[in-house]
Amino acid sequence: MRQPLLALLAKEPAHGYELKLALEQIFGQAYASPNIGQIYVTLKRLEQDGLVRSEDVEQTTRPNKRVYELTPAGRQALRVWVEEPSEGPRIRDEFFIKLILAPMAGLADRMSLMNTQRRHYLGVMRHLTELQAETDPADTTARLLIEGAVLHLQADLDWLERCLEELV
Amino acid sequence: MNRSASKGSPWPPAPSAESPALLRTSKLVKVYRAEGVTVEAVRGVDIELAIGEFVAIMGPSGSGKSTLLHVLGGLEPATSGEIWLRGQRVDGLSTAGWAILRRRHIGFVFQFFNLLSNMTVADNVELPALLAGATPRQARKRREELLAELGIADKAVAAPARLSGGEQQRVALARALANEPSLLLADEPTGNLDSSNTRDVLRLLRRAHAGGQAILLVTHDARVASLADRVINLFDGTVADDAKIVPIPRTVNGVGDVLELRG
Repeated sequence: MRQPLLALLAKEPAHGYELKLALEQIFGQAYASPNIGQIYVTLKRLEQDGLVRSEDVEQTTRPNKRVYELTPAGRQALRVWVEEPSEGPRIRDEFFIKLILAPMAGLADRMSLMNTQRRHYLGVMRHLTELQAETDPADTTARLLIEGAVLHLQADLDWLERCLEELV
Repeated sequence: MNRSASKGSPWPPAPSAESPALLRTSKLVKVYRAEGVTVEAVRGVDIELAIGEFVAIMGPSGSGKSTLLHVLGGLEPATSGEIWLRGQRVDGLSTAGWAILRRRHIGFVFQFFNLLSNMTVADNVELPALLAGATPRQARKRREELLAELGIADKAVAAPARLSGGEQQRVALARALANEPSLLLADEPTGNLDSSNTRDVLRLLRRAHAGGQAILLVTHDARVASLADRVINLFDGTVADDAKIVPIPRTVNGVGDVLELRG
């Protein structure tokens, strides 16, 4: 959560709720929206670390809001993050461990484990294709995020078929 | 065809020996024999497809899924077992009998489009209707509707070779749907398409299904399969799984729990 907030603040100062809305708007409904408490806690820690600073801005009709801005140290930290390569997504290996170990213990046969898992993947894929159909084609960021998930899921299914070919 | 249920018979129809399914197979077997080698591609398959249902067939390569589809469309004869379409047993039909059945009741879409290259797009789509006895005016009207619906009305006079893969597959889909078939069979319809053309074909399949079109398709593409009501998984020529797709509801961890954005 730290780097996305720093990146948004590098564009312009904002308060916590604006940051939450910005993330939701940029990444679309496929994005797991952070809750507002999580954002405030993260901002507080960033401030303790000297990466952002804040001031209260008076509002006439509402309570004051706290507006955050990036410090030079924050900009430097952001630059380090941007310049280093990122780890790829996690490999979903829990099923594979189950597939190998459960039959050894006589707990399940591989075919039924694979069938259960395939049904699950296809259910998730259905959810993603529905999300894709609901997403405005002009919203490139949201579309690409869903497509990334679709491609990873297709790889999981292809791997499942490979296991089926070799193990059963 | 002994389906007279729509003409004055009571509803619900009296139970009969006739299957209510659009398509049904029983102990279907397809064996290839060549030069002393025997390959059992389909080994006793029982499947059923209801009217208006969309079923995807998946499975590893060599599991018999394309062979099954070809046998169901009469492109290759079954070795043994039964195929019932619209309450009629069809596995014993001659090549000509199958051709007539396909013309009236089965649309076929292939991975490599199989359009007639020396005819225009319009002629490709009108031909099946003309063969089935439609007047040129009817065939033309249906063709215009279909091409407009599939977003390729402006390609009517083009030669298929001038179109992109995605456009060719849309023409193939239009041709397959020209006679409003009872059943659309599709063999890896997105197997040769990039991701944006795949999305177009998905949208068209979804729309055809929403309009009541029964679809049986073979695919390894989970995006295509996920649109189906049910997925049959073939393994080694037999049905390993046959289950409805249950959408997994949204989760808090991101895109269906597959991809979580970090940072």
